This record gives sequence, structure tokens and C-alpha cells, in this order.
Amino acid sequence: MNALAIRRQWRLAIVAVLAVLLVLAPALLPTYPLSVLTEILIFTLFAMSLNILLGYAGLPSLGHSAFFGTGGYAVGLLAKYYGTPAALALVIAVVAGILVAIVTGPFVLRTHGAYFLILTLSLTQVLFGIVWLWRKVTGGDDGLPGIPSPRIPFLVGRISDTANFYYLTLIVVGIAVAAIAWIVRSPFGLALVGIRENERYLEGLGYPTWTLKYVAYILAGGFAALAGGLFAYFKGFVGPGQISWLLAGEGMVMVILGGAGTFWGPAIGALLVLLLRYEVSAFTQRWVMILGIVFILNVLLLPQGIVRLPQRIREIRARLRRETTLAPPLAEATAAAPDRSVERVIERS
Amino acid sequence: MPINTASLVIGLSYASLLFLVSVGLSVVFGLMRFVNLATGSLYLIGGYVAWSVARKSNSFLLALIAGAAAALVLGILIERGFLQRLHRQELLQVALTLGIAYIVQDVTRWIWGGDPLRLRPPAVFRGSMELFGSVVPTYRVALIGIGAVLAIAVWYLLERTKWGAYVRAGVDDLEMVQCLGINARRIFAVVFALGALLCGLGGALGTPVTGVAPGTDIQLQLMALIVVVLGGLGSVAGAIVASIVVALVDTMVRTFWPEASFFAVWALAAFVLIVRPQGLLGRTGW
Repeated sequence: MNALAIRRQWRLAIVAVLAVLLVLAPALLPTYPLSVLTEILIFTLFAMSLNILLGYAGLPSLGHSAFFGTGGYAVGLLAKYYGTPAALALVIAVVAGILVAIVTGPFVLRTHGAYFLILTLSLTQVLFGIVWLWRKVTGGDDGLPGIPSPRIPFLVGRISDTANFYYLTLIVVGIAVAAIAWIVRSPFGLALVGIRENERYLEGLGYPTWTLKYVAYILAGGFAALAGGLFAYFKGFVGPGQISWLLAGEGMVMVILGGAGTFWGPAIGALLVLLLRYEVSAFTQRWVMILGIVFILNVLLLPQGIVRLPQRIREIRARLRRETTLAPPLAEATAAAPDRSVERVIERS
Repeated sequence: MPINTASLVIGLSYASLLFLVSVGLSVVFGLMRFVNLATGSLYLIGGYVAWSVARKSNSFLLALIAGAAAALVLGILIERGFLQRLHRQELLQVALTLGIAYIVQDVTRWIWGGDPLRLRPPAVFRGSMELFGSVVPTYRVALIGIGAVLAIAVWYLLERTKWGAYVRAGVDDLEMVQCLGINARRIFAVVFALGALLCGLGGALGTPVTGVAPGTDIQLQLMALIVVVLGGLGSVAGAIVASIVVALVDTMVRTFWPEASFFAVWALAAFVLIVRPQGLLGRTGW
């Protein structure tokens, strides 16, 4: 118990330091890294929303970009035709994402496993096709350019526009991430994990599993649409690329690499993938290969995601210690014994 | 909708290729629950190696063998090297095979460049011929023939031999098969290798028709996924039917409504899965 409490305090301290760093980032970073950081925040929200399905409920969606794009187009269309203020537009974007999820949910939840994957992918491609062909409204493959970037009013003039939008993103994403944290730790979130592990068992216990999955699907859709709306403001543009399945695949990779079913995993995954894309591509043309190698190493060495890195290191150190204690005489072996039991408690938790 | 012989031939020859790429994926998927997103890469390797060998040796047959062999080697490497460790861990399989696909794409771009490469069909099948009153490319007709022969061979192997019965039993209930003392691991390996071989053969055969370029792998991968899921996981007959349906729809839409070509197949897939969540010939309960 003691070790657990210490670890919890450590974790709290890390989160606090990170929060302070995120708030101070505009003072520390030049414009370009700050905009990359803004993008990382937006994709953190996207990956975390996908993680509700992929990681917690065990629903392998390859169509999550549909919600991202829906949010983006809601913001784009509202800005273009009605000049709606950003706060209202983002709310409408979330509602639009939720509506798409409400309509498609009953169909996709009839399928399982690989079929679920392909059906979500297919529906996303159909949405892509509609946007592509409905040139009059959506602008087809040209998309909708010129979406005005919103600002926090009382900060205008005091800090740069990039920093202003960064703070806006930080606030919105922060609230959404807190909401997701609350959701996955609630009884509802725990029931989702139960569905992932053994759906029939949960059904037997009397949980309405279908309804729970439906609600998870709708929530994930809403959060993804919020991320999509923010991204449209960030780029000042929305196009079919923001619905493309490639984006859904990238989200999936972020979740898996960071650690599916863990809370902070998707954030780490988003950070890794975007940094690889921007930083590695800057100094080598072979960055696609590097990305591939990173994937493979990640799967082989850290199968539960990067977020488990400290645990892995501890495991490996414990194993090394155990091996060395075999060789020296008894005295040292007994000295190592209490240590080992601590390890066991940690492993069990 | 006017369906003429020419578009039928083009559609069916495309169906042959789709079948070759997807049948291995389908059985591997059904039997091992293994999601191989590097299937398109096997096709790509088959196509590129065939192209190089054909240029060096001037023999189309040798090119086919080389292409299939290259994919076989890559397939065995993937299976022996990585796959065995990741049994029943679908998400990790997705990430791993995606990583392999990235590497293969980059390596092939490095070696063969980014331009699309096209192979000339063998002398016997060059030019065009007359079929039911319309002129069609001879190679496409040959492709249909080859595809049909291979489809029947695979179907016979899996549905009418004892070994095929083991495989199908593995698709239905893996634990029970292992309890009966059948070495499921060896069956896995052989099925995976055979699937990779057919993929590479498909790549080599397809090079005169589709060409190979970075991106062909993704295109074929997506098509194969649609075919596999529409047909029903683990079903050879399903893969045959779905290949034909998908290829014909794709060809027809390409002819009559080109702007919608890339998503018509997806609309079809969505429709089928909404009506039949287990695919055309798939069984419920997977």
C-alpha cells in the first residue's frame, strides 16, 4: 500500500509539472513549435476519444475520422454561411458528431471484430464520397478555406495570435480530457472495460451491454467532433482529407502505440506520431521507414504501449536482480527477499 | 445499365487478381484471427520482383515464379519472425503489420523509384482478340482463365481434402482442433505461406494490368479487406463471390460514373454489412 501511495503522489506531481509547463509554453516556445504543440493537443483529444472505443470498450473502429470531419465541416459550413461565433459553432459541431453517431450506431453495433472495423471504415468512405461529390455545398476536394481563427477576447493584443489560439485549445481540450477522465473512471467506464474483457459475462450480470456500447460510441463521436472543430479553426480550412480513413488509421496507431485502454497512452501516442512526422521528416527522406521501424519495435518491446515504459523498466530490473541473486550466497538472497515482495505487490496492482 | 463483353472481361480479370490477394488473407484471418495489413505489400513485392526478373531474363514465366517466391519469403519472415508472438492480440497485429507495410513501401520506393512500372504480357497473350462480337485484350482473358483455375484449385484443396478439413475446422473451433492432436501451428504456417505465395503471384500477374507503384499496396490492401469481409471470414466460396461482385461493381461504376468510382465499392460494403453483419457467405458467431 505504501509503495502504491508513493507512486500515486509521483504521478500527481508529474501531471502538475506538465500542466504548469503547458500553461507556460507560449512564453518558452517560439511560434512554430507552439503551433505543433497546439496540433498535438487537438490530436490528443482525438486519440483519447478513439481510445474510449478501441481501448476501453474493445470496439476496433477504423472510421473515427468521420466524426472528426463532421465536426470540422460543421464549423466550416457555419463560418462560411452564417458567420457563427466560435463557441456556438463548436457546440453545434459536437451536436453534429453526436447525431452522426446516433444514426450510425445501431448499424455498426450489429457487427463484431473485423466486421466492425470494415463497416466503420466503409461508412466513413461513404461520408467522404458525399462530401467529395456535393461540390456546391462542401466545396468538393477544394474544401472550405478561410475559416476565421477564434481568439480569447481579453487576451487579444497582449499575446500573439498563435499563443491566443493555443490557450483556447488548451482550455477546450483540458475540459474535454477531464470529462473523459471522469467518464472512464465512472462505473460506466468500468463496465465498458468489462465488455471488452467478456461481454457475455457482463450480460449475464444484468448489464445492458448494447446500450452501454451505444452510449460509448456516441460519446466518442462527440469528443472526436470537438477535436475536428478545433482542428478546422487551427488550420483555417476544412477538406475531405479530414474525413479520410488515413486519419482514422493514424488515430488508431496513436492509441495502440501509446497504450490502448490506458488513460495517458493516446496522448503519448499523439505526441510520438506528430513529432515523428514533423521532426524526422525534416532531416531524412526515409522517415516512412523510420516510422515503420518504430511501430515494430514498439509492438515487440512495449506491447502494452509506451505509457507502460516505467513498469517495463521495473520488470526488467527486477528480473535482472533475481538472476543475480541466484548466484551469490544466501545472505544477499535473503536481503533481496523483502524487495521482491514489494515488486510482487506492484505487479499484482 | 448496358453491360458489354469488354467491361465484363475487364471486371472479371480484376476479380481474378482480387481473389488471389484476398483468399490467403481470408483464411489467415478466419483461422488465426490474424489481421495482416501487409497483404498489399506482398502484392507489391511480387509485382516489383516480377518486373525486374522479366527485364533481366525476358521470360514471363520466370518472372511469375520469382514474384511469387519473393512474396513467399517475405510472408514466411513475417509469420516466423513476428506473428507467432502475437497470437490473439489483434491491435498489436494491426500496428505491427502496418509497420511492415510502411517499411516495404519505403524500401521498394528506394529500389524501384516512385514511378509506376508496367510489365509487358508474354508474347502469346499480347494484343487483342474477338470474344462474343467485341474486341477484348487477350491478356485479360488469360487472366480470367488463370484466376478460375487457381480458384478451383484452392477451393478443392480446402473443401475436398483432409488437410483442408483441418483448416476449416480450425476456422470454426481452434481449441477443439488442437485438442484432437492436430498441429495447428504447422497448419497456420502453411496456410500463411500459401496465402503469401498467391498474393505474390497476384502481384506478378497483375503488373501488366494495374502496374506497380507506391500506393498500389494500399489500394489492393483496402480492396482485399472489403472482399474478405464481404465474403465472410474464412470462406473460400465467399472470397470468390465477393471478388467477382466487388470487381464488377468497381468496373461498372468506373465506366459510367467515374467521379464516384472510389467510394461506390465502399457504399456496397456498407450496405451488405448493414443487411448481413456476417458477410455474404459468413457464418454468425464470429
